[in-house]
Amino acid sequence: MSPSIQILNPGILSLIQDAGRFGQHSVGLTTGGPMDPLAFKWANRLVGNDEHVSALETTIGGLKIKVNSCTQVAVTGAEVSVKVNGQAKAQWQTLNLNANDELELGYATQGCRIYIAFASGFNIEPQFNSTSTVVREGIGGLTGKGLQAGDVLELNRETIEDSRWQLPESARPVYEDTVTLRLIPGYQEHHFSRHQQRMFFYHEYKVSDLCDRMGYRLTGPKVTCDIEGILSEGICLGAVQVPKDGQPIVLMNDRQTIGGYPKIGSVLSLDLAKLAQLTAGGTVKFEPITIDHAHNELALAQYRYRHQALVAVTSEEIK
Amino acid sequence: MRIHVAGENALMVYFADTVSDATSAQIQHAAQGLAQYLGDMLIDLVPSYASMLVLFDPLKTDHIHVRKLIRRAVSHPQDEQDSQQENIVRLPVYYGSETSPDLAHIAQNAGLSVEQVIEIHQQTLYRVYAIGFAPGFAYLGETDARIATPRLATPRKKVPKGAVAIADRQTAVYPASSPGGWNLIGCCPTPMFDPKGTPAMPVQAGDAVQFYAIDKDEFFALGGTFDAWGEI
Repeated sequence: MSPSIQILNPGILSLIQDAGRFGQHSVGLTTGGPMDPLAFKWANRLVGNDEHVSALETTIGGLKIKVNSCTQVAVTGAEVSVKVNGQAKAQWQTLNLNANDELELGYATQGCRIYIAFASGFNIEPQFNSTSTVVREGIGGLTGKGLQAGDVLELNRETIEDSRWQLPESARPVYEDTVTLRLIPGYQEHHFSRHQQRMFFYHEYKVSDLCDRMGYRLTGPKVTCDIEGILSEGICLGAVQVPKDGQPIVLMNDRQTIGGYPKIGSVLSLDLAKLAQLTAGGTVKFEPITIDHAHNELALAQYRYRHQALVAVTSEEIK
Repeated sequence: MRIHVAGENALMVYFADTVSDATSAQIQHAAQGLAQYLGDMLIDLVPSYASMLVLFDPLKTDHIHVRKLIRRAVSHPQDEQDSQQENIVRLPVYYGSETSPDLAHIAQNAGLSVEQVIEIHQQTLYRVYAIGFAPGFAYLGETDARIATPRLATPRKKVPKGAVAIADRQTAVYPASSPGGWNLIGCCPTPMFDPKGTPAMPVQAGDAVQFYAIDKDEFFALGGTFDAWGEI
C-alpha cells in the first residue's frame, strides 16, 4: 500500500495548493496558489520539502485527517489548535506521525488561512503545470474541487525521520485584525481626483462578507472616479478595483484575468498575505508607496526568508 | 505606445485607445518578442483589446529593465513570414430555434429577419481580441453594427456550454456552462476549452475566427446536444 493520507473531514474549505499556476493567462486561467505564500513556504521547509511542493490550505479550520504510514507534518499560518490523536501539538514545527495517527485542527482564533505540509509532498498530476486548485475554474487538486471526506491523497514516499525543527517565534508572522496595505498607485489614478485619493488613503475600510480567494470587497467611504469603465485589460494580483458603487475590491489569487473596472493601484504582495488572513469585519488602511520602495521591500523580505534558520527541537520539548 | 506601472511585478502597455486589427497584430508581435527577451524573468502576459499586461519576477529584474525590453520588442521589425501567417479558425454553429432564444429579439431590434441576422453573423471574419473572464472564453470582434445588441437587463443564471452569443459589438462561444448576460443565437459543438487537449483551446489571441452554419444532423454528428437548452 502506498503511503497516503485520508481526509476524514475537510473542514470549512481545504484545497491542494502549490506555488500557483503561471504562464496560463493566455487561455484565461488564473494564478491560484497559497493566499499566504510565506506561511505556505515555511510549512514545506519544516518538513524538509522544497518550498513550492503541494500542501493543503485550510480556511478557518475543522480539517481532520488520518495517515496510513510514518510521515512528518507541519501546521503553519493562522493560529489554530492542533491535535494528534487528541493530544495538543505546536504549530510552526515538525511533527512526527505514525501509521493510523489522526491529525485534527480546531478553528482559527487569529487569521484564517492554515497550511498543512507533509514530508515528500502529494503525488498529484499537475494540470497546466500546477496542482493549485481553483474551484471557480474546476482546475487543479484531485478533481478541481475542495477536498471531500473520504478523499485519499497519495504521498510521494514514507518518511521515517527523527529530527524535528521549529521556526523561532521571533520569525513567525503576526496576524492582526487591523492591517496596513501598502499600495503602489496605478496608471488609472489620474481618474481619481486628488481629493478622492486623499479620502482613500486617509480613511479605514472594513472587510465585508464578500471576501474569498477571488477578491476582498471592502466597505467604507465611497471613492469616486471620473470614468465608469475601461476597455477590458489584464488585472495583476493585488489590483484594487473601484466599481461604480465606490467600494474598493482587492483582487486576490483566484481573480479573473481581465476586467474593465478602473483601478486605483495595487497592493504590495507582502501585505496582500496579511489581508488574506483577515475575515469579515477586519480593518484595513491603505498607504501609498513607490514601485522602487516596493522592490526594495520584496528584496529585503526574500533576504530575511532565505537567511532565517530553523531551530532543532530537542526531545525534552516533545513532552 | 504608453507604458505604466500597474503593480510591484506588472507593467501595462497601451498600444492604442481603440480596437483594431492592426493593434491586435502589434500586440501579438510584441508578446512573442517579449517572451524571448524576458526568458525566466517573465511570469505571464495578458494581451487584451488594445493593451498587454506584462508580469515579471521582481526578484530577478525591475520595471526599468522591463520597460526597455518592451520598447525593443515593439520596435523590432516584424518578420514578413510572421505577419503573413494568419491563423483562421472556422467554427460550426447550429442556429436552430432550440439554441437561439434571443435571435428573434436581435432581429426585431435591427429591423432584419432572423435569417438575415444569421447570415450577417457568418459574414464577418472576427479577431480574437482577448481571452479571459473564464478559462477558454475568447472575446471576438467586431460584429457588424447592424446586429450589435446590448446585454440582457437580467443575466441568465445558466448559459449552456457552447452557446454562441452577442453583446454590443462582441461575439463569443461560452466554453462552459456559466451565468451570463449575452444574447444567445446558436450553439457551437466544438469544445472551446479542453483541459486535457493539446492545445487546450482551438483559438488563441490574435487569431481570426469565422463561423459557419450547420444543420441539426451535423450538430449531433459533431457531438452537439440540446440537453442543457431545455431550461433556458
